[in-house]
Amino acid sequence: MTIVPDARDAPAILAALQPEPSMDPSLEPSPGLSVEPLSVEPLSVKPLSVEPSSGPSTVPLPLPIPMPARLGPPKMPLATRFGTAFGAVYRGQLARSKVGRIPLLFVASFQSIGILVLLRGILDVDNTTAAGQVVAGSTVLVVAFVALNLLAQRFGALRAAGALDYYLTLPIPPAAVVLGTAASYATFAAPGTVITALLGALLYNLPITGLWLLLPVVVLSGVCLAGLGAVVGLLAPRPELATIAGQLGMSIVLFLGVIPADRLPEIGRVARDVLPSSYAVDALAAAFQPGVDWSKVVVDLAVCAAVGIAALAVAAVTLRRVGTS
Amino acid sequence: MGDVLSYAVRGLTRRHGVGGHSVLANDRIDLDVRQGEVFGVLGPNGAGKTTLVRQLMGLLRPDAGTITMFGRDVRAAPDLPARLAGYLGQDDLALAELPVATAVATTARMRGVSRAAVREVRDDILDELGLTAVADRPLARLSGGQRRLACVATALVGDRPVLVLDEPTTGLDPIARRAVWGALQRRRDTTGTTVVLITHNVLEAESVLDRVAVLESGRVIACDTPGQLKASVSGDVRLDLAWRHEPPADDPTVAMLAGLATTNGRRWTVRLDPATAREALGRLTTGAALAALDDFSLATPSLEDVYLTLGGASRDLERT
Repeated sequence: MTIVPDARDAPAILAALQPEPSMDPSLEPSPGLSVEPLSVEPLSVKPLSVEPSSGPSTVPLPLPIPMPARLGPPKMPLATRFGTAFGAVYRGQLARSKVGRIPLLFVASFQSIGILVLLRGILDVDNTTAAGQVVAGSTVLVVAFVALNLLAQRFGALRAAGALDYYLTLPIPPAAVVLGTAASYATFAAPGTVITALLGALLYNLPITGLWLLLPVVVLSGVCLAGLGAVVGLLAPRPELATIAGQLGMSIVLFLGVIPADRLPEIGRVARDVLPSSYAVDALAAAFQPGVDWSKVVVDLAVCAAVGIAALAVAAVTLRRVGTS
Repeated sequence: MGDVLSYAVRGLTRRHGVGGHSVLANDRIDLDVRQGEVFGVLGPNGAGKTTLVRQLMGLLRPDAGTITMFGRDVRAAPDLPARLAGYLGQDDLALAELPVATAVATTARMRGVSRAAVREVRDDILDELGLTAVADRPLARLSGGQRRLACVATALVGDRPVLVLDEPTTGLDPIARRAVWGALQRRRDTTGTTVVLITHNVLEAESVLDRVAVLESGRVIACDTPGQLKASVSGDVRLDLAWRHEPPADDPTVAMLAGLATTNGRRWTVRLDPATAREALGRLTTGAALAALDDFSLATPSLEDVYLTLGGASRDLERT
């Protein structure tokens, strides 16, 4: 109840004020933290409008409506299934400024195509083993660019802004967030892997009959590197560090993937064996050889899949841990 | 039917930082939030409101104390808040580049709304909050208020039994604010939705909250209905006076008020019991001081008065 009249109207207003504001002592609540019900009848909440209130109380407000008669404990909503959550994250991420992703497609593949062209002048084309590896390494690099570099950046930024709360307060598996985000980036990068592989095969005179292997290689290395990229981004204390770490990871994939294994120094070979993307490179490189050793390809892909699942699990745990300190 | 507690909080304590620089953000907080009430957390910046609701959502682990939702311990079932409650946080980077309709629809899907129903659910909430016209625009390209409103839509979609909202109406224009208040009350009234909302807006607290907890430096300094709180702290009313020029100092009423007033230039604020205030105003408006009096207002206590009377020190509560 606020009165802001002209001072000359005071007597009339004072007369109108006679009924005192409700200062009924029976309304005196218990001191301290009162958690007692308002009245004996539960949930009979007093209409707000009868309370004296200050401020511009002329603002029209929705009238309080009586409470519903029946209120049992609510039905417990189910957690959302992985597939549904993945689909929703994927669709949402895909919708993020679509226009900005077209340059991404070019950047991701130009880098790899540039390396292919550069090495074409140096490498002995008749050495199909080395050539196959260069092409496979460049192709996996496209995946690494997206999965390691961009995903680390994205999760680093989300963490820094405190925006992980959005995902963590939805009833969805955290792995669906990592994979859904990675898949949306991958959608724009996938054509780049096909272009790189085809162009590489053309440049280095390699057969393309085994190129269907590109699909499992891209998917499995994508899961693997996306998991790692997400972990890097989530653990980085600052978003700039997440970006740098992601780029560093991509450079490692580049050097160890593109340079043929037999030309690496001892320490490089050890590092190559530790790096999960090497197995993807090897599996794809095998596809360019005249006689494919299928047992080796299956083993390489199995390693990728195993590391991928582990990386994803670690990413999921990290997402929850970092987001709920 | 007994009281069903959506939240029962006991001894909740959370400290930020370590060592000498640590801050006790929540200090032994006890709260009961009943099912089907709009429960407010009012307090100035830095009072520990966000720390409290982030713990309610399982985003922060308490150092001590317990939180139960509908009788179940949140620590034993960490997925409970995400399944039972829709949450509106302070940052929306995760959604910023999404068109409003997509943000709402994908959030609904993640809350288990079926593919068949999602379109209708999405259109309904956009219509309810007046966002239909901007449905195709990314959040980042909206005005601050519309952007916040779109985030509110994502928190409400999917009909959770509980809503935990961190300043849902900050930055909204009065019409949008009213739309949000209406949407919250509609859910409470039709489905018994429990709403926990943070506010530092006194008008909001007085208009929409069934009960309010007043937070100051991590402690709950009061918790009751807005009306009870106002009645409890003081029977005093607030008399605001604005003077055209210096009032006559020899006038006894002026002298009496001058001794009690907090002054801000020629604006005086005096807290008095209603009878004294009426008498004083009567004498002022009929005596010699009237010539100097420019404007006045006489008001019953607001929640801001409650806050100040209870020992709240900060003055950054909003009034409009």
